[in-house]
Amino acid sequence: MAIRQETVEQVASVSDKYKYGFISDIEADTAPIGLSEDIVRFISAKKEEPEWLLEWRLKAYRHWLTMVEPEWANVHYPKIDFQDIYYYSAPKQKEKPKSLDEVDPELLEVYKKLGIPLKEQEVLAGVEGAHNVAVDAVFDSVSVATTFRERLEKEGVIFCPISEAVRNHPELVQKYIGSVVPYTDNYYATLNSAVFTDGSFCYIPKGVRCPMELSTYFRINAAQTGQFERTLIIAEEGSYVSYLEGCTAPMRDENQLHAAVVELVIMKDAEIKYSTVQNWYPGDENGVGGIYNFVTKRAACRGENAKVSWTQVETGSAITWKYPSCILQGDNSVGEFYSIAIANNMQQADTGTKMIHLGKNTSSTIISKGISAGKAQNTYRGLVRMGRKAENARNHTVCDSLLIGDKCGAHTVPYIENQSRTATIEHEATTSKVSEEQLFYCQQRGLSEEESMALIVNGFCKEVLQKLPMEFAVEAQKLVGISLEGSVG
Amino acid sequence: MLEIKNLHATVGGKEILKGINLTIKAGEIHAIMGPNGAGKSTLSYVLAGRDGYEVTSGEVLYKGEDLLALSPDERASKGIFLAFQYPVEIPGVASATFLKTAYNAQRKYRGEPEVDAMEFLKLIREKTKELDIKDDMLKRAVNVGFSGGEKKRNEVLQMSLLEPDLMLLDETDSGLDIDALKIAADGVNRLRSPERAGLIITHYQRLLDYIVPDFVHVLADGKIVKSGDKSLAHELEEKGYAALSAA
Ligand SMILES: Nc1ncnc2c1ncn2[C@@H]1O[C@H](COP(=O)(O)OP(=O)(O)OP(=O)(O)O)[C@@H](O)[C@H]1O
Ligand SMILES: [Mg+2]
Repeated sequence: MAIRQETVEQVASVSDKYKYGFISDIEADTAPIGLSEDIVRFISAKKEEPEWLLEWRLKAYRHWLTMVEPEWANVHYPKIDFQDIYYYSAPKQKEKPKSLDEVDPELLEVYKKLGIPLKEQEVLAGVEGAHNVAVDAVFDSVSVATTFRERLEKEGVIFCPISEAVRNHPELVQKYIGSVVPYTDNYYATLNSAVFTDGSFCYIPKGVRCPMELSTYFRINAAQTGQFERTLIIAEEGSYVSYLEGCTAPMRDENQLHAAVVELVIMKDAEIKYSTVQNWYPGDENGVGGIYNFVTKRAACRGENAKVSWTQVETGSAITWKYPSCILQGDNSVGEFYSIAIANNMQQADTGTKMIHLGKNTSSTIISKGISAGKAQNTYRGLVRMGRKAENARNHTVCDSLLIGDKCGAHTVPYIENQSRTATIEHEATTSKVSEEQLFYCQQRGLSEEESMALIVNGFCKEVLQKLPMEFAVEAQKLVGISLEGSVG
Repeated sequence: MLEIKNLHATVGGKEILKGINLTIKAGEIHAIMGPNGAGKSTLSYVLAGRDGYEVTSGEVLYKGEDLLALSPDERASKGIFLAFQYPVEIPGVASATFLKTAYNAQRKYRGEPEVDAMEFLKLIREKTKELDIKDDMLKRAVNVGFSGGEKKRNEVLQMSLLEPDLMLLDETDSGLDIDALKIAADGVNRLRSPERAGLIITHYQRLLDYIVPDFVHVLADGKIVKSGDKSLAHELEEKGYAALSAA
């Protein structure tokens, strides 16, 4: 309850329309514009990659050339010119920093502006006794600062930029990369496989409970640089990790493409909790600018009792195309998807999940809260598939839409494929409006119209907000309010 | 404290208030009675500033200030509290959160320091005890799944916490059991002071046995057709409104 109060205060104190709208001027070392085999080779060479990875990238690139951009999602945007994008840019640094003191102060300043929670700033600043959140900061495309590495190493946890993992743990990367999202998977994932620049790698050994929450802050920076992150997390038998991903981007006029891939591998009795707060620049009130966010996120529960939960708060981007999925292969494995998707002004969100039940007694839960305001379109698209061997598999889906105003739209598109005679699938869906009555009631108690809206919408999202780690929940509630600014009145 | 002069208001294009004149001085409690659909709730909404309740002519002064120029939240922060005839449900928002948010919003407006969670808890516990409300109600979402009576008690709780200067009670007694009615009335009486005033809408004179009004008015068809003291309520209870209009 204290948190929600804080939210309202914070929401009230933020006057700027988009406070993350600034551009940092760290010099970029940029590849020539456009995409070709040469560019793929350039990226691979820049990263000093082994031959097998270059080959993999090239296979992906060649496959991508044979594919067409998907058009089935309920999103509309001008055609992307893939030759008009820079595929590589990196902040210039002579040597890798040995400690945080050596990290570019301008970069630390950027974190400050981003409003990274104070505790994590302390972590970044290397303050003793700072809270245990490891931040592997991805700045543009090259990971610059990695903290708490030693503490994690003691537990045998590997948490580093994926390019580093390619150098130091090639056998792990080679074994798992593309094993959940193959390079042929879909248009954007294939593109990512060809040109990914960086991202995080995380390996939790057998029986280890990761001693801290791992978090990565993404940021798109250099103009027109598409961001192609690749994240790979492996949880060995009986291990546990909670991973936080949060992102902001500077304001600009041109649309920016973002096509990330996240792969999670979960073994027997292991669990991954993956939480995202996404507030990239959504474009202005007229739909100018904003990020195009085409993401492929997928988790494979490979062993018995494996568990994965995706929790996402999606408030940003002009276009969101994102379906974090769970492949429930191990018997008794569990998949969860908790989502808040807010679309305001001209934003378009087409998001949901896929729960693929293969093993016996597998269960999945989907709770989706979609909020539409302004002229935004918000679509929930979810697939629940029960395979032939998925005996007694269960799914429960709750899909709630909230409308603010009468020019926006909410759409629910559930796909159900059931080949198991003993499976249970439940689907509930509701659509409601923030009523004038509710707003007036809150205002009559002294809340401003915007505070009232933030309170009501946070109430609507409560079940999902509760699933977020504490610090993220605070940020998320704040975001809910900020992203709805201008939606009332 | 409150001066209503020749107030006309429309709802959905239909004129509901047709020239209300009413003056409430600090320290006074006025009761308003009247048949269904007379415009009692409409009057309370107009005073609280609800959207869609359009004032077409007349004026309202609150503490000497033009009330109609203020937004609903400003009016609330300046001390006007409306206990709703039909309290609204807000799913997912715990009552305690709602109350603390409102309490601090008003303090902030008045330039007073906000209270933290601990202080607030102490404060609200005091109020729930006074009103015989179980603390678990604070954890539940605002009015969601509350019984009719619980909703009304919750309104009185909110009022006790916010300590308004002008209390507007719209049929707060309807739906309350006999014990609850007495407790709620005690809550209102505790707030009574020479600096505060109240406008109490009710259909039953029973409430007025507990909250003794200084004046009773009858609102019919958008106008105050009769005013008197407490005895008017008894008279109405006996004879009904029909006799009144016939007279
Ligand atoms: N949105 C609306 N559009 C049209 N007429 C309305 C609207 N809202 C209220 N009214 C009408 O205004 C009149 C006054 O309503 P109001 O709720 O003020 O009555 P009341 O005196 O409080 O009655 P009750 O004793 O039943 O609570 C009624 O005839 C009602 O139908
Ligand atoms: Mg009424």
